[in-house]
Amino acid sequence: MHMADALVSPAVAGTMYVAAGAAAIYSIKKVKEEDDPKKIAVMGVMGAFVFATQMINFTIPGTGSSGHLCGGMLLSALLGPYAGFLTMIGVLLIQCLMFADGGLLALGANIWNMSFYGCFIGALLIWKPMMKKGMSKTKIAAASIIGCVLTLQLGAFSVTVETLASGITELPFPVFVATMQPIHLAIGFVEGLITSAVLIFVYQARPEILYGAKPVDREKGAFSFKKTIAVLAVATLLIGGGLSLYASSNPDGLEWSMGKVAGTEELEATGAMHETAEGIQNVTALLPDYGFKNSESAAGTPFSGIIGAGVVVVVCVGVCYIIRFFKRKKD
Amino acid sequence: MSKIDSAIHEIHKLDNMSDDNRWVNRVHPLVKLLLTIGYIALTVSFGKYDILGLFGMAVYPIAMFILAEISVRETFGRLKVVLPLVCFIGLFNPFFDKTPVLFFGLTVRAGVVSMITLMLKGVFSVLASYFLVATTSIDKICYSLRLIHVPEILVTQIMLTYRYIVLLLKEVNRITDAYSLRAPGQKGIHFRVWGSLTGQLLLRSMDRATIVYESMLLRGYNGNFTYIGEEDKLTMTDVVYLVLFGGLFVFLRLCPIVAVVGGAF
Repeated sequence: MHMADALVSPAVAGTMYVAAGAAAIYSIKKVKEEDDPKKIAVMGVMGAFVFATQMINFTIPGTGSSGHLCGGMLLSALLGPYAGFLTMIGVLLIQCLMFADGGLLALGANIWNMSFYGCFIGALLIWKPMMKKGMSKTKIAAASIIGCVLTLQLGAFSVTVETLASGITELPFPVFVATMQPIHLAIGFVEGLITSAVLIFVYQARPEILYGAKPVDREKGAFSFKKTIAVLAVATLLIGGGLSLYASSNPDGLEWSMGKVAGTEELEATGAMHETAEGIQNVTALLPDYGFKNSESAAGTPFSGIIGAGVVVVVCVGVCYIIRFFKRKKD
Repeated sequence: MSKIDSAIHEIHKLDNMSDDNRWVNRVHPLVKLLLTIGYIALTVSFGKYDILGLFGMAVYPIAMFILAEISVRETFGRLKVVLPLVCFIGLFNPFFDKTPVLFFGLTVRAGVVSMITLMLKGVFSVLASYFLVATTSIDKICYSLRLIHVPEILVTQIMLTYRYIVLLLKEVNRITDAYSLRAPGQKGIHFRVWGSLTGQLLLRSMDRATIVYESMLLRGYNGNFTYIGEEDKLTMTDVVYLVLFGGLFVFLRLCPIVAVVGGAF
């Protein structure tokens, strides 16, 4: 999307220089307010990073073609919109001078088309609001794709307007727009995917370097054993004590099948072995058939739920401690 | 040669050319920068059918390339970057602008003339920009940007980016070479490793930036750079050069020299 000098008239080029210059002055002011001298060094490296990685071909599955990274959106997600914008200016100037990728006179237009939308629109209107309530992989992917698609669409539209305003082409406006926008829609989507893959990796490895990331509160964010136990206890009381009131009185799947096959939901076992086992069970069962012994009270079911859950927890924890004890002894 | 290799080669070549001790390299960088911008602005200001007037602007790149002994053949390699979009836009002109005009004795569509004009503008602009970078280092261009009051933070950023470019290009080259050796026959980077491959390079680059910044601080960096070329003072020769070529550009813009010379015969 780099515009050559031939595509802009001096009037349009001058106008775009003024617009890009105003955005640059505002960005410089903002970066100075941040007062982080280390950022300048990081900006330099990030500019070179974008320049270098734009030469990597990323294979687009199922197409046989390849895509590239979207510099504006990536930089603004890492450095913020203002530092990202200034970094992109450097990248575009070097691309223009060293590789004839975009013209010196058209630099203002290129800065506007590729950096302004990517950094200001992409970061301030898409990335920042979406990450306001915290980051997640889904949000990063969505912000990257929407950001890249939208900023490329705006950039392509600007190219069309600037070229037509310069009186360069005889293409009617609708035809030109209809040619430019769909191509850049596909490009924007692919660039969004690539950018999101990189940003998700950064999010997983070092989330604190992403723009708008809240500092990790170790105390708050760390796993709290006490809180977890408290939450589990409350959930147990609610489920065991409250929801068990609504426990179905209908037979469960196995009981239902038994009823259909044998005509009864519980098989009567006979024999000395079974009688002995039943006797042991009746003695040891705290709450036979989920109710108090010799009681038909409805309160028996919720109470049995709480007791049952408590016993399960105690047994589980006990078994785990026993295993740990023996494991340590073995080690 | 891979795309990255040729980019590294191009940067080294331009660095070497701009470090040469030719007379044109010694002209003040600000003079060359202003003349280049002026030349491009005047070139693109020609009307879309004013092809004869535009031909006259060829005098500057032809003269300078010969005088500075710059290879024109290598320069045309740069046009492959510029011409696709210019051609894409220009190629529609003959279909939409069908007015018949006389062009070198032939009746052609006006769109053909405007298409050729557009391409010539693209070529001349690229040649002028190339002449600038082939005779002026990025450091000196940055110095001249400071002279016209481009903010320090922006100029520093440009210089640092330029310094790191070759370093990172080489690193990217190593990574992609290693990847292609492990994935023979595969074109590009597979989507499963888009994030990890580029992300690791990104994190390494940021770490490197921090280390370099700390080293800069240890060596006394205080936020200001000393620019190469700061000793260069504007001499009378530079002023003469500026006036001479500035005047030539204005003359070529106002006087269709090709038509005048052609009319004499």
